[in-house]
Amino acid sequence: MSVPLTLLGLLEREPSHGYDLKRDYDAFFGRGKQLPFGQVYATLGRLARDGKVSAGEAEPGEGPDRKRYAITEMGRAEVDEWLAEPVEPEPHLQTVLFAKVTLALMLGRPAETYLDTQRAAHLRRMHDLTELKRTGSSLIDVLLADHALFHLEADLHWIDLTSARLAELAEAVANR
Amino acid sequence: MNTPAVTRASLIEARGVYKSFGQTPALRGASVSVRPGEIFAIMGPSGSGKSTLLHCLAGIYTPDQGEVLFDGQPVNIMSEADRTKLRRTAFGFVFQFGQLVPELTAADNVALPLLLNRTKRKAAYQIAGAWLDKLGIGDKSGRRTGELSGGEAQRVAVARALAMNPQVIFADEPTGSLDSLTGEKVMDLLTGLAKETGSTVVIVTHDARVAAYADRVATVRDGLVSSIELPQTTGGGAHASPGTPVTAAKGVE
Repeated sequence: MSVPLTLLGLLEREPSHGYDLKRDYDAFFGRGKQLPFGQVYATLGRLARDGKVSAGEAEPGEGPDRKRYAITEMGRAEVDEWLAEPVEPEPHLQTVLFAKVTLALMLGRPAETYLDTQRAAHLRRMHDLTELKRTGSSLIDVLLADHALFHLEADLHWIDLTSARLAELAEAVANR
Repeated sequence: MNTPAVTRASLIEARGVYKSFGQTPALRGASVSVRPGEIFAIMGPSGSGKSTLLHCLAGIYTPDQGEVLFDGQPVNIMSEADRTKLRRTAFGFVFQFGQLVPELTAADNVALPLLLNRTKRKAAYQIAGAWLDKLGIGDKSGRRTGELSGGEAQRVAVARALAMNPQVIFADEPTGSLDSLTGEKVMDLLTGLAKETGSTVVIVTHDARVAAYADRVATVRDGLVSSIELPQTTGGGAHASPGTPVTAAKGVE
């Protein structure tokens, strides 16, 4: 799970305070594991240093940081690139997949296209593993390949089901 | 892709095919092109139209609109007699179940299409025996197919499809009624022998592990095709240890 890229994605919606970003991050991606304030501000600091966000003037009031952050063109380009590229097909990546789909829907990006790209990447990896099994591998290699194939297959089921539920998910995201 | 320039780019092609059953549209302008010699998988959720597409490509269904070409010839406007001949001589079929005559022996079942195609009896049974041997069930040739296990029966079906030396084998969920390991054996044999003989294979499946045998996979959704390339792996990919990309550490985190 990439916290910097996810925060950057959330910022693309509108300039926000660190507090708002944390609240939305926890609501969508936290799943019982909240993002510490310290990490939010440290991440925003690094993103500002790298030119991906710009920090506004501190606003009067209480709280640790009253700056409003806005995404820059460079930050936007990075989000774009990240959302478009498939994740390395491997088991246990559902949280990254989920974050990509949810953010794409939030930002009005083509979530369906992303899922198609991911499906293709998964199928390609499954094809390679099947070839490996067919071309005289040791039984141990075959068993390892089987393990990978079943996990990739489970991801594919998730991808297909999410594809079928995109409209529903888009509505849930819009209504937050 | 790696297709040599000298070969025809597509052996079977659907162009904007529509097919409805009553009021229900199954295909809504599906287009797909299958190259000679490739293993081509059609995937999709149930009700997506994937089996209908296979039946249209194989000349079993006539599209309501659109064209189906086999080796450049339009199949959709052929006479029923010509299409039957095409199915009998150029195409082989493997279905989930039901294509064998259970009262006949394995050898009878494989020899049957050859006999229908006027092959001499002795030659037909010789060919049948050779194919049953290739599929590792030569010792079952005298058994009635109704008495065989699911995996054995499916191997007889594959032998029967291959025995006609077809240009294309159409397979609809060929492993649908088999357990994983038996299904894998059948897929190994079907795709391995098809590559050996140069037959093109078009396979409909909902199972990604079956589709993983294919050179290319098309996904059908709501009666339309979104084709996905599976380029041949170059370099280390296929030779890497399967453990490498699955990084064990990530799996146990």
